[in-house]
Amino acid sequence: MAEIAIKQVAKRFGGFTALHSIDLTIADQEFMVLLGASGCGKTTLLRIVAGLETPSQGEVWIGGRRVDHLPPRERGIAMVFQNYAVFPHLTVFENIAFGLRMKKLPQQEVEGRVNRTAELMHIEQLLKRYSGQLSGGQRQRVAVARALAMEPDVILMDEPLSNLDALLRLEMRAELKGVLAASKTTTIYVTHDQVEAMSLADRIAVMHQGHIVQAASPVEVYRNPAARFVGSFIGNPPMNFILATKAADGSWTVAGLTLPGPKSDKQTIEFAIRPEDVDTGTEGLHATVRVVEPLGPHTLVTCDVEGGLFRAILESNATVAVGDHLRLLPKPDRIRWFDPETTNAL
Amino acid sequence: MSTVELSIAAPEARKAGNWLLVATVILLCIWVLLPIYLLIVNALSSPEEVTAFPKRFFPSFDFGSLSFFINFAGVARALWNSVLVATLTMLLSIGFGAPAGYALSRFEFPGKETFRFLVLMTRAFPLPLLALPLAVMFIRTGLDDTAIGLALVHTTLALPFAVLITFSLFSGIPVELEEAAWTLGCTRLQAFRKIILPLALPGIAASAVFAFTISWNEVFAAAVLTIENRTLTAFLLQSLGESPLYLKFAGGAALVIPALIFIFTVRKYLFAMWGIANR
Repeated sequence: MAEIAIKQVAKRFGGFTALHSIDLTIADQEFMVLLGASGCGKTTLLRIVAGLETPSQGEVWIGGRRVDHLPPRERGIAMVFQNYAVFPHLTVFENIAFGLRMKKLPQQEVEGRVNRTAELMHIEQLLKRYSGQLSGGQRQRVAVARALAMEPDVILMDEPLSNLDALLRLEMRAELKGVLAASKTTTIYVTHDQVEAMSLADRIAVMHQGHIVQAASPVEVYRNPAARFVGSFIGNPPMNFILATKAADGSWTVAGLTLPGPKSDKQTIEFAIRPEDVDTGTEGLHATVRVVEPLGPHTLVTCDVEGGLFRAILESNATVAVGDHLRLLPKPDRIRWFDPETTNAL
Repeated sequence: MSTVELSIAAPEARKAGNWLLVATVILLCIWVLLPIYLLIVNALSSPEEVTAFPKRFFPSFDFGSLSFFINFAGVARALWNSVLVATLTMLLSIGFGAPAGYALSRFEFPGKETFRFLVLMTRAFPLPLLALPLAVMFIRTGLDDTAIGLALVHTTLALPFAVLITFSLFSGIPVELEEAAWTLGCTRLQAFRKIILPLALPGIAASAVFAFTISWNEVFAAAVLTIENRTLTAFLLQSLGESPLYLKFAGGAALVIPALIFIFTVRKYLFAMWGIANR
C-alpha cells in the first residue's frame, strides 16, 4: 500500500520559483502522469518525491510515512531515468541485481528476481552484455527491469520513452502499461508527450509554470479542461478559442451565431470547441477555408473565423476547397466557455 | 566571371596552404624530436663516441655511458630521492585534487568560480619568487632538505592539474548514474565507491602519473630546497659543470625517457583536460 501525498510543496532556485505550493494525492496503485511543457516543473516535482531534490517547503508522504527528510534509498521508491542511467561497468545482470545486492538478499533470491524481471522485459538473452553493447531500446528495458526487480512501492519515471524513436516508443508504451499494471505499484510518470499521457494514465496532472492546472482522468482533461491552457495544450490540433460577446443574459454571440451560455457580468468571454466537435451545415460560425489537409480517416480544414485561425476536423468525404465559405455548427454539449481574465472554465 | 576566377584560384591556394601545413608539421616534429633523438643516440653510445665527430646515425648500443652514470657516486641515492618525492607528490596531489575536482563537478557553492580561478592562479607565481621565503620558512619549521618538504612544493605545482583533470573526468560521468545508485539503496559514499570510482579510476591513475611526472622533472625548487637529499634533477644540475659530456647525456636520458613514457600512456586524459577530442 503506497499512497503518495504531496502537501504544499514549493521549490525555489535562487530567485526563480519552479514550483508554487503543489498539493497532489496519488492513490495506491494509481498511474499518475505529470504532463507539461519543458520547464513547467514536472521533473522537479518528481525529483522531490524521489528525494533527489529538497523542497523549499512542504511535505511528501509515501504510504503514510513522511519522507521528505529521508534520503532516496529509504523511501521505498525506484526510478527510471530519461537517459536510462545503466551502469556502464556492470553487466545487464549486475545492473538489475545492483539494488538487490544493496539489500543484501541471498544469491538465490537475487538470481530468481533478476531472471524473472529480465524475462518480463524480454532481455533474458542480454544478461551477460554491457550497456555499451545495447541499443537505446534495450537499455531502456534494462532500466525498467532494474526498477521492477526492487519490487518497490512506488516507481518514478522521468520521460523514459523520450529518447527512443517513434516506432519503438509506441511498442514500449503498450508494454510498459501492461507490465506496470501487473506490478501493482503506484507510478508517477513524467512526460511532455500528451499522447503518451493520455494512453498510459489513470489520471493526468497538467502542469504549467510551476502550478498543477488540472488533475483528472484523461477523458475529463480532454473533454472538460479546467483552464484555457489545458484546452490549448492537450489535443492535436488543440481546442479552438473565439471571443464571444454578450447578446443577452446567458446568451452569447460567436462569429455570427448566438448560443446559450453561462451567466456572467462580463461583456466578452471565450468560446471554445474541439476541432472534431463541429459539423458543416446551413447555419453556424462563418468560416473561410484557408488550408485543406486530407489525412485519410478525416480531413483537417483550417479556416478564418473572425480574423483568427479555426481548425475543424471534417469527414474525409466532405468536398471543401480553399476559399469556400462554410457554416460550422458546434455540437452544443461539447461547447466550453472560459473567463478571458482568469482563463478558468466557466 | 568571378566564379571562374575563384575556381582557378582556389586549388592553387589550397595547394600552397597544404605545403605550409606540411612544412610547419615537419618543423615542429624536428623541434620536438631532434633533442630527444640526440639524447638517446648519445646515451646509447660509448663515452668515446659521444665526443667523437662525425656522429653515427644509429647508436652503437654501447652501455658504457649508462653504466658509468648508474655507478657514479650519488646517482643511485638521487634516483631514490626523485622516486620518493614524486610518489609523495602524486599521493598528495590526488588526495587533495580528486576531492576538489569532484566537488567542482557535482556541487554548486558560493565562490565556485573564484575557487577555480585561484586553483589556476597558483601557477601564476614564478617559483624563483617563492623559493627564498619558502626556504627560510622550511628551515624554521625543519622541513628543509626533506622529501616531504619538497613534495609539498611539488604538490602546489601539480595540484592545479590534478584538480582540472579530475574535474573534467567526474564531469564526464553522468550525475544520473550516481542518482540511480542512490535510489537503488546506496549512500553517497557507497555510490561513489561502487559506481563513480570504477569509472573514474583510469583517469585518476592518469592524473596521478602526471603529478608524478611534474615532480620528476622539477629542478628549481629541488635545487634550492635540498642539499643532502638531492633529487636526480637537482643532482645533475649541480654536477653539470664538472661532469663529462657522456654523463650528462646518460643522466638526461634517464630523466626524459620515463617522463616521456608516462606522459604518452596518459595522453588521452591530458587531451581531455585541454579540451582536445580523445584521439
